[in-house]
Amino acid sequence: MAHETAQPGLWARAQRTSVEQLHIRLESFIVLIVLSAVMAVLSPFFLSLSNFLNILLATSTIGVLAIAATYVIGSGGLDLSLGSVMGLSGVAGAYVAVNLGAPSPVGLAACILAGAAAGYVNGQLITRAFVPAFIVTLGMLGLARGLALVISDGRVIYGLPAVMVYVGQGRPLGIPMPVIIFVITAIIAHCVLAYSKFGRHTMALGDSESAARAAGIRVERHRRILYTLSGALAGLAGMLFMARINSGDPTAGLNYELTAITAAIIGGTNLFGGRGSILGTMIGALIMGVLQNGLNLLAVQSYYQQMAIGAVLILAVFIDQYQVRKESRV
Amino acid sequence: MTLLTLSGIRKSFGAVDVLHGVDLSVDRGEVVGLVGDNGAGKSTLMKTITGIYRADAGSIEFDGTDVLPLDPGARRELGIEMIYQDLSLAKQQDVASNIFLGREPTRKLFGLFPGFIDKARMDREAASMIARLGAHLPSINRSVGSFSGGQQQTVAIARALTFNPKLVIMDEPTAALAVREVQGVLDLIRRLKSEGIAVILISHRLNDVLAVTDRIVVLRHGRADANLATARTNMSEVVSRIVGGGDLSAAAMHEQRG
Repeated sequence: MAHETAQPGLWARAQRTSVEQLHIRLESFIVLIVLSAVMAVLSPFFLSLSNFLNILLATSTIGVLAIAATYVIGSGGLDLSLGSVMGLSGVAGAYVAVNLGAPSPVGLAACILAGAAAGYVNGQLITRAFVPAFIVTLGMLGLARGLALVISDGRVIYGLPAVMVYVGQGRPLGIPMPVIIFVITAIIAHCVLAYSKFGRHTMALGDSESAARAAGIRVERHRRILYTLSGALAGLAGMLFMARINSGDPTAGLNYELTAITAAIIGGTNLFGGRGSILGTMIGALIMGVLQNGLNLLAVQSYYQQMAIGAVLILAVFIDQYQVRKESRV
Repeated sequence: MTLLTLSGIRKSFGAVDVLHGVDLSVDRGEVVGLVGDNGAGKSTLMKTITGIYRADAGSIEFDGTDVLPLDPGARRELGIEMIYQDLSLAKQQDVASNIFLGREPTRKLFGLFPGFIDKARMDREAASMIARLGAHLPSINRSVGSFSGGQQQTVAIARALTFNPKLVIMDEPTAALAVREVQGVLDLIRRLKSEGIAVILISHRLNDVLAVTDRIVVLRHGRADANLATARTNMSEVVSRIVGGGDLSAAAMHEQRG
């Protein structure tokens, strides 16, 4: 057997170790380092603690959405409604707290419940009505955004109670609350995806649905849980964003699914399912955060940032497909 | 001693009737060959046994239990395993993940949260299972998709045998293998029989079927058309029952050469 005796090069071995042991792609980590170094050279403001916390703060919303994208794409699905559901959730929370005068915890819970409800509808339509995920979540992208505008009457809902604002703007020990919530969420999501039965079944499902079915995994039920979870995470992102800007904005999260899916793909999530890790996705999300932050510091127009994100998504998938074709016998 | 009894199994997909009332029984430790032309319904019949398809009518009793209302996972728990023709492997996952898919040993994370996988135990048991099969894999931690066809089949076989099955269904296990590997699979079937495990072998290679089975069931037009004791039949009879008349000698001659 030739391939058993052949010694792979140092780079190939480092790649394999990183993928097998840490579930991350070495390339994306190097891209993050290089990108940060370039930004540090270009801007004197980049390398400072306050800017670092800024990057994390800006990454927290996208990061939570990217976690959702990792689970769903890893399972061979797709959720295009992430950004819209995030917008709907923020409006729902603000409406419940401000217009209905509910206590703050209820307002915060309303964000996550609204997101989970949208995700639940996605899951039901995909697994029971057999409408493809691409169409269902594209439809939900329009539905959720429209519903957010209907609820808020097209206006931003101001005047959140202090407790809700603290979730977005509080800084215990100098660390922004959204960053703390984001990091805790990421750690839990990582443990579940990498080490739990649920997480491993998610990836197996994306890898081969027939194998998962033959193994006795209840495929449809698993997918329904995943889409509901994805919606709940979009709701959490909506909650963090709403609390940070101290208002329920019906246009919040516009095009965020693009950034979130890009972060997941850069992090090594296979677009067709079966492979992905939260660690990798976090590096992907940081790359997006550093890119946006650096372009802001360099005073590059935001129009170009959109273009940059789109280009990075296509590039990341191209590199991934190139690798897959090279390595696999499948 | 009857392990599996199918009676009157019917299955149709839309307007296409595939199975028109199949009766089949398998004893403990018996090796039954299931043969028939393409489209005779062999794979469909097997999938109604594993629960991937739900039979429209009829009954399936396994080891004294009516398994018809059970899902594939519950039927595996009872001891029904199948090695699929396409192997049904999750190719981006490693060996242990494939062998234990759906039945991972779990422990509590930090002694608190249930449902977390005991990966060390999984790797250990997977490695010993592969060793028991006398196979060699480059690494237990590599994704299965990077293995050769024979190595991938080893993983599929290991998955079917790890949880002490009572019945193993094999769908064309030798179709894609080299000559030496075919002998390995046939030896394995004999070994399973000696351990009291029943095997249903689906194969187009009638030489293999005649070599290892106790009984040969011919599926034709969605019915169990013939039930032949292997010791009292031969290639031409099996072929004639498969094609059901016509120019038998030519077909039999062809099979004997092949």
